[in-house]
Amino acid sequence: MNVLEVRGLTKSFGGLVAVEDVSFDLAAGEFLALIGPNGAGKTTCFNMVNGYLRPDRGSVELEGRELIGIKPRRIVRMGVGRTFQITRTFLSMTVLENVQMALISHHRRMYDIFSRATRLYRDEAMALLELVSMQEQAGRACSELAYGDLKRLELAIALAPDPALLLMDEPTAGMAPSERVALMELTAQIVAERGVSVLFTEHDMDVVFAHAHRILVLNRGALIAEGTGDEIRENALVQEVYLGGGTVFAAAEARDA
Amino acid sequence: MGFYVAQLLTGLANASSLFLIACGLSIIFGVTRIVNFAHGSFYMVGAYLAYTIVTTLDGGIFGFWFGVVVAAVIVGLLGLLVEVTILRRIYHAPELFQLVATFGVVLIIQDAALAIWGAEDLLGPRAPGLDRAVRIMGEPIPEYDLALILIGPLVLAGIWLVFHRTRWGVLVRAATQDREMVGALGVNQAWLFSAAFVLGAALAGLGGALQIPREAVSLQMDLSVIGDAFVVVVIGGMGSVAGAFVAAVLISVLNAFAILIFPQISIVLPFIVMAIVLIVRPYGLFGKEGSEHGAPSEPEQPLRLLSSRATIVVMALVFALAASPAVVSDFTTILLVDVMVATLFAVSLHFMMGLGGMVSFGHAAYFGVGAYAAAMAVKFAGLPMIPAMLIGPLGAAAAALFFGWFCVRLSGVYLAMLTLAAAQILWGVTFQWQDFTGGDDGILGVWPAKWASSDRVYFYIAFVLCVGGIWFLRRVAHSPFGYGLRGIRDSDVRAEAIGMDVKFHQWMGFALAGGFAGLAGVVFAFSKGSVFPDVLGIGQSVDGLIMVLLGGIHALAGPIFGAGVFVLIEDWVSRLDYWRFIFGAIILVVVLLAPDGVAGGVDRLLRAVGLRREERA
Repeated sequence: MNVLEVRGLTKSFGGLVAVEDVSFDLAAGEFLALIGPNGAGKTTCFNMVNGYLRPDRGSVELEGRELIGIKPRRIVRMGVGRTFQITRTFLSMTVLENVQMALISHHRRMYDIFSRATRLYRDEAMALLELVSMQEQAGRACSELAYGDLKRLELAIALAPDPALLLMDEPTAGMAPSERVALMELTAQIVAERGVSVLFTEHDMDVVFAHAHRILVLNRGALIAEGTGDEIRENALVQEVYLGGGTVFAAAEARDA
Repeated sequence: MGFYVAQLLTGLANASSLFLIACGLSIIFGVTRIVNFAHGSFYMVGAYLAYTIVTTLDGGIFGFWFGVVVAAVIVGLLGLLVEVTILRRIYHAPELFQLVATFGVVLIIQDAALAIWGAEDLLGPRAPGLDRAVRIMGEPIPEYDLALILIGPLVLAGIWLVFHRTRWGVLVRAATQDREMVGALGVNQAWLFSAAFVLGAALAGLGGALQIPREAVSLQMDLSVIGDAFVVVVIGGMGSVAGAFVAAVLISVLNAFAILIFPQISIVLPFIVMAIVLIVRPYGLFGKEGSEHGAPSEPEQPLRLLSSRATIVVMALVFALAASPAVVSDFTTILLVDVMVATLFAVSLHFMMGLGGMVSFGHAAYFGVGAYAAAMAVKFAGLPMIPAMLIGPLGAAAAALFFGWFCVRLSGVYLAMLTLAAAQILWGVTFQWQDFTGGDDGILGVWPAKWASSDRVYFYIAFVLCVGGIWFLRRVAHSPFGYGLRGIRDSDVRAEAIGMDVKFHQWMGFALAGGFAGLAGVVFAFSKGSVFPDVLGIGQSVDGLIMVLLGGIHALAGPIFGAGVFVLIEDWVSRLDYWRFIFGAIILVVVLLAPDGVAGGVDRLLRAVGLRREERA
């Protein structure tokens, strides 16, 4: 069964068509990568799926329910977690409190004015931190964490409402190479254990080919290839887009000559 | 027809002077991101200087214009002095600090002007050569007004040339868009900021100097113009000079015609226009997204509950306060009621500003609505004290719900400006609606019920309401709701991503803070026995800001310290001559030496003498 079905997604900004007629499916438990060169429309695509951007045309269905036109916060409540390209956390709170906030919101206790926030869902929050091996840092202020730890914290926050689908926008951006591999291994393992489906965008090809079950390649707003790692590696069009199909070099040579 | 043309020309002449002061404010904000309250003071000093120079020289046409220009130049130098000695040190401080620091400058300049020029209004000379009126379509139009109508666009053209044809101007525009980038390109920012500040101050001085043939020079010029100048800058878009011009014309011309239909409207009209513009265009007519925030500030530390020992100390202090009427004089008892009222007001402001990140320049609105609602309930509905005390906070919360709905759609400086507009609209209504609110005469005879009329009994009523209110707000700060507010302040994107309804949450926070400000207003009204329009004025709002700042915005205990210190200082200082000067100096000392407020200062002192252990690393 498909968790996510995207059909004919299109978005232009002024005269620029950022995403044109993109369709794909995401199966339950699948780890799906969305790749493409800079400006290919990955982030635009992503923001339409999670509700931050309204497409001009097309539909996004989560387990049969249409997501277009629904506010991001409602999409979260429907079981879609997300992490950010640049981490977004509550910097004036501790690591544990950040996870507790996600749980408080999930249990709809945000308008409670009598309980002590720090005493709610402590154990559940601790369990989530253990999942990402952050339990040692639970009491630290978020503002003093290293970037890689913030990324892991975001993962714990995203998993708090027990989502069916996880959207990860460049999960390893800004991290050291060794950390990248570790974070994605951790993610892959959690995803497999909890049966979450993941859609992620990524620049680092090592990460993509090592973990993605399937890969979508976007170029200039259009989907140009789709398949397993091996299929994508062999795809002539993808090679041209990533390595340059000669047109660029031909032009350069002509100019130099 | 001729009459309407005359009205239009008057409007345009007013627009020119408004533009001169507002464009300087806009340039300063665009480059330095400082909301300069002292801009009105520069305007006032410009007028005083021009008056002195022109009357001393008495040199005809040349003497008049020479005097005007020299006045503007001297004000520019005054601006340089303020920038170098004060503002340069606080560019990286939160907006609130800068605002309060410039307000300290306002107080100091006010008393300096009083000492130099005296309290009497000074009637300036007419401009030689332009002292008659010409007839246009049968209506007499002062020649000087026509000159002003020309000067506004000329200055605009001059600024445009400087900004587009000189290297310095290009740098100013670049800094308005991206200060860090300009710094990274190796431009000396300190010099650029100083120069922008001098230009802005000189323009304000010019605006003031050009005003002397039109209105008497007085000590009230500074605060009377600053509200309108803020409005013009916000409507035009912060940092946009052309926007300031369009907005000045819009406001002045609208005003010139609106007073024909409804003469009382002139006080509130600019604020109504600003509210409408901000609702339709959240960044002003020519403003860009992202122009609303000042310098980024350091993230604050997580909240911690008080240790058991600290709890004992707090309880002991509360008990000491409760027992105090038995020991101290009646006079001190009344002063302590003032302290409690101020503390609840400051805590409610801190709740929305410190926790919620919504800086309010108009929190007095809800204090005032609470006071007025209770006073009117007693006066017109004949209600006893207790029901009136319930109506006050409910009225304030209702007003906060109404205005808050608009305010939470904005952020940063624009939000602050809309809160100011809301407060000014309410103040204007209260001031002018004679039949209902008593206007300037206020509402008298709002005394507590008979059983509560002794100072001591009323002290305990105030004690229960204020200490209870403060306790409740602190409790909310530690609840999921309070944590949610802080979360939105830290990152609204993250808040939305965990499923929070950001705007609704802020709206509720706004209303709650307004309701408790209203409670403080109610206690205030019954303790004084009367209410006057100043309870909703800018002065009261700024008092609240100063209390929060004095105490330190990053600590929950901050406003409690701050309000106590504020009321005690005010009680002591206001008996002295030139108390504004002293008070302004105290504000500046706090801002420059203890930027984390009294709470932070005490904390650092304790650490320095080794009484407090460092947080574990």
